[in-house]
Amino acid sequence: MNKKRNSLLTIASIVALFLFLWYASAHFNKYSIRILNDIAIFMMLAVSYNLINGVTGQFSLEPNGFTAIGAYVSSLLTLTAAQKHAMFIIVPMIHPLDTLHLPFLAALIVGGLVTALVGFILAFPVFRVRGDYLAIVTLGFGLVIRVFSNNAISVTNGPLGLKGIGAYTNLWWSWGWAVFSLIVIMRLVNSGYGRAMKAIRDDEDAAIAMGINSFKIKMIAFVTSAFFEGVAGGLLAHLITTISPTLFTFFLTFNLLIIIVVGGLGSMTGTVIATVMVVWGSELLRVVDQPMHLFSFTIPGVPGMRMILFSVLLIVIMLFAREGIMGQKEFSWNGFLNFLRHRKQK
Amino acid sequence: MNFSEVIQQLVNGISLGSLYGLVAIGYTMVYGVLRLINFAHGDIMMVGTYMAFFGVSAFLLPWWASFIFAMVLAALLGVVIDKVAYKPLRSASRISSLITAIGVSFLLENLFLVLFGGVPKAFPIPKLFAGSLNIGGVILPFVSIFAPVLGIVFLLILLQLLHHTKYGMAMRALSLDIETTRIMGVNVDAVISLVFAIGSALAAAGGILWSLKYPSINPLMGILPGLKAFAAAVLGGIGDVTGAAIGGFIIGVSEILIVAIFPELAGYKDAFAFLLLILVLLFKPTGIMGKDLGGRF
Amino acid sequence: MRFFGRLMFVLTVLLFAGLASSSSFAKAVKVGVVLPMTGPIASFGQSDWKGIKIAASLKPTVLNGRKLKLILLDNKGDKVETANAVSRLIFKNKVSAVIGAVASGNTLSGAPIAEKAHVPMVTPASTNPLVTKGKKFISRVCFIDPFQGKVAAKYVYNNLHARTAAVIVDMAQDYSVGLARFFIKAFKKMGGKIVGNTFIQTGDQDFSAQIAVVKAHHPDVIYMPTYYQELALFARQARQFGLKQTIMAGDGASEEALIKVGGKAVEGLSFTNHFDPKAAVTPLGKKFVKLYRAKYHEDPSAMAALGADAYFVVANAINRAGSTNRIKINKAIRATKGFKGVTGIITLVNGDPVKSAVIQKVKDGKFVYVTTVNP
Repeated sequence: MNKKRNSLLTIASIVALFLFLWYASAHFNKYSIRILNDIAIFMMLAVSYNLINGVTGQFSLEPNGFTAIGAYVSSLLTLTAAQKHAMFIIVPMIHPLDTLHLPFLAALIVGGLVTALVGFILAFPVFRVRGDYLAIVTLGFGLVIRVFSNNAISVTNGPLGLKGIGAYTNLWWSWGWAVFSLIVIMRLVNSGYGRAMKAIRDDEDAAIAMGINSFKIKMIAFVTSAFFEGVAGGLLAHLITTISPTLFTFFLTFNLLIIIVVGGLGSMTGTVIATVMVVWGSELLRVVDQPMHLFSFTIPGVPGMRMILFSVLLIVIMLFAREGIMGQKEFSWNGFLNFLRHRKQK
Repeated sequence: MNFSEVIQQLVNGISLGSLYGLVAIGYTMVYGVLRLINFAHGDIMMVGTYMAFFGVSAFLLPWWASFIFAMVLAALLGVVIDKVAYKPLRSASRISSLITAIGVSFLLENLFLVLFGGVPKAFPIPKLFAGSLNIGGVILPFVSIFAPVLGIVFLLILLQLLHHTKYGMAMRALSLDIETTRIMGVNVDAVISLVFAIGSALAAAGGILWSLKYPSINPLMGILPGLKAFAAAVLGGIGDVTGAAIGGFIIGVSEILIVAIFPELAGYKDAFAFLLLILVLLFKPTGIMGKDLGGRF
Repeated sequence: MRFFGRLMFVLTVLLFAGLASSSSFAKAVKVGVVLPMTGPIASFGQSDWKGIKIAASLKPTVLNGRKLKLILLDNKGDKVETANAVSRLIFKNKVSAVIGAVASGNTLSGAPIAEKAHVPMVTPASTNPLVTKGKKFISRVCFIDPFQGKVAAKYVYNNLHARTAAVIVDMAQDYSVGLARFFIKAFKKMGGKIVGNTFIQTGDQDFSAQIAVVKAHHPDVIYMPTYYQELALFARQARQFGLKQTIMAGDGASEEALIKVGGKAVEGLSFTNHFDPKAAVTPLGKKFVKLYRAKYHEDPSAMAALGADAYFVVANAINRAGSTNRIKINKAIRATKGFKGVTGIITLVNGDPVKSAVIQKVKDGKFVYVTTVNP
């Protein structure tokens, strides 16, 4: 009974979301639509990132690398042969790649699959180490990808990057993928695999002793997260229409880290809420870079203040509100309805 | 390449490596005691360098006084960061303090960007270090001699401290087991502060020597050397002070030699330290000097 | 404690949200500025902004007394942030024009938004030809890389009498890669020969390996179109290791820090540039330099001057358009002809200026004017 009611509620809220998007795409200004797109893409990135960091407890710092791979692969596939020919002015592009051309959806999926494959290969060395070593090795991986995209000019066009990528990403694509990834990852978390992931997070040695194949479980989390981060990278590339190695610095990972920490390491619904807060909040906080008028006082704007506030925010949350918004808990309809009922009784 | 060119590149590599080594020692000490990668370590190096810069240019101190001034301030900063950002999280998961460390690192970088701007400042070089020796075609800038010498002096002092003083013994004990050490009546917090102070002061020294060699300083200067120094620390067996220094030399020398022998790979230089790191972790996770996970230092 | 943290966060966000919506500015003409004020290329954004502020103090009003209000957004040198910022300025702040960004790659990510929304965008310093190519609403006040590369090649060949050149490229900057390419093309066409083409990356500090490569080829001249930081460190090490050739560079060299960091080693280094503060030809340029020196106690860099020119071109166009209508302003910007700006006389053709370049040289610890090259 409850189960059925809950799935109905979930479906209803998804329908409501898309009704909202339908309204937004017709009535919102382009700036708001852009922010909505950003939110969807970052949500997808953060939810995937949280799968490996929060749920499985493997603190890694590679999303900028994965996003870069997905963005490059899918953009190279949607660009036409003529565009590529005109763009690769330093060194011509290597052969089969220069003429390959795919429609948007296929390019996104191929981008995701290639990223997943890289994740699969990378898992062998990185999961030999745990804890902070893992963090530094994956950080190194992100750096290696960036160095590679700068230097493998016949594939990536080096520092010139790719320009004139089709602006295919719209609200339907970005939110469609975001909802799809959220559903897949939530189902994964609630499955037997998900319980194994949490067991590894809580105590890896104990989990192994219980007969969990920890490498396999970590691999599933890592590859799933790589796939969706790759697709999100593709969506991002087709939203901003130009990519180059500087887009995928550690800074991207830092943003995602803030999101999952604010939302609660291990909580998917927390991540969703936090993405909205951080992406939207980061736009709101632009005011601190400018002069402010507060109760007839004028506070001079300090460009760059926003970044300081974000760093302080991250530290403060870790010190005083380590669980973030949701801790490791998830939003549930039962809890929500109980909460409402409870309030009514009062 | 002829013989003198090989020697030349070796000299360049050793002087670069000694800088990585100095920074790596701080990483390794903090890790040895707290099992924490102090992400902000590279930024402490940057702050130390700025302090020396202000010491010379704003407070008009002689350069050796600015050197000490910067080391002292960096030590203080290290201790304060520990007390404010890491200490409250000692009992929490190690990931929590790692995330905080990333936050501290971004905070220092952006704070300095806002305060002093992104335009690099010219680090004043005392006359003493401006010149160079020419020995049979091999050119030895004074800084390139001074850096490794000072690095080794610091290392020897540190080893003396670790193995022949009460504090050193306490540090070594901490690296084995913090709780037991506390029960034994050691003032654990004071010793941890001392570790941060020494590590940060050495980072500042590394940063200043770095800037004597490459006299252009900016708020983001600590990031890449910091990461490479960390790779050096792991390479040498993290937690091992001598290992960190040796790891620094290895990374410095191999980075220079790779570019010298294969100039077309110059662009991949920054990736090299990490590829090396991944290989080491694959085949010898404890590093070159690393013993088993028990004894550190 | 946990609750407290959350509460603080929510309150902070709400406070700023309230502030954001409450501020309104009547009557002022709004112009958006997108610059990297933080992040890896912050120094350029900060220089540009200094120039723009001086320009704004010289000419604070347009349209007979309406204040020209600048809204500065930081793009952190990042493409996503640039796109967001341009979008925000256009659709939320409803600016009449946008000035920015610096790096060509960033400008290219904001340009499609301005183009689609029919809002004029003027970049002070993006020199890549692609920035304005095929666009109707994107313009710039700086000359483009093919021109700069050609000027450098001519100077090196004719004035320095060099027949062989070693080229050192910063692989992490499309600016450097593009400029090197145009230089090589022009230099070869004149009959010169490229020997020892080597690479560096932004942020590199040790160049001993590259120096060894260059040394082995004995070129007549070294062409190094990188930014000033790498240039200064390279020059220091090159002189230390006995490399004596003249170094030729691009406009990325134009920053006081080059001399401060490079010291004696950059003596004799020449470079192509947008303008020389000591040879400012226009009255506006002279006024700008005077004010800039009084305020910041240093000479304005080319970046600062270009920032000012972007401001003046936009302000001038608003006056000629006689309204805040974006399409009219864009028309006026694109029709800029013979405008006596800070960096010279600016005439825009398809959004690209036709204007002269100067060659500067470091002499006795100062940038000195060598010659002006007309297009």
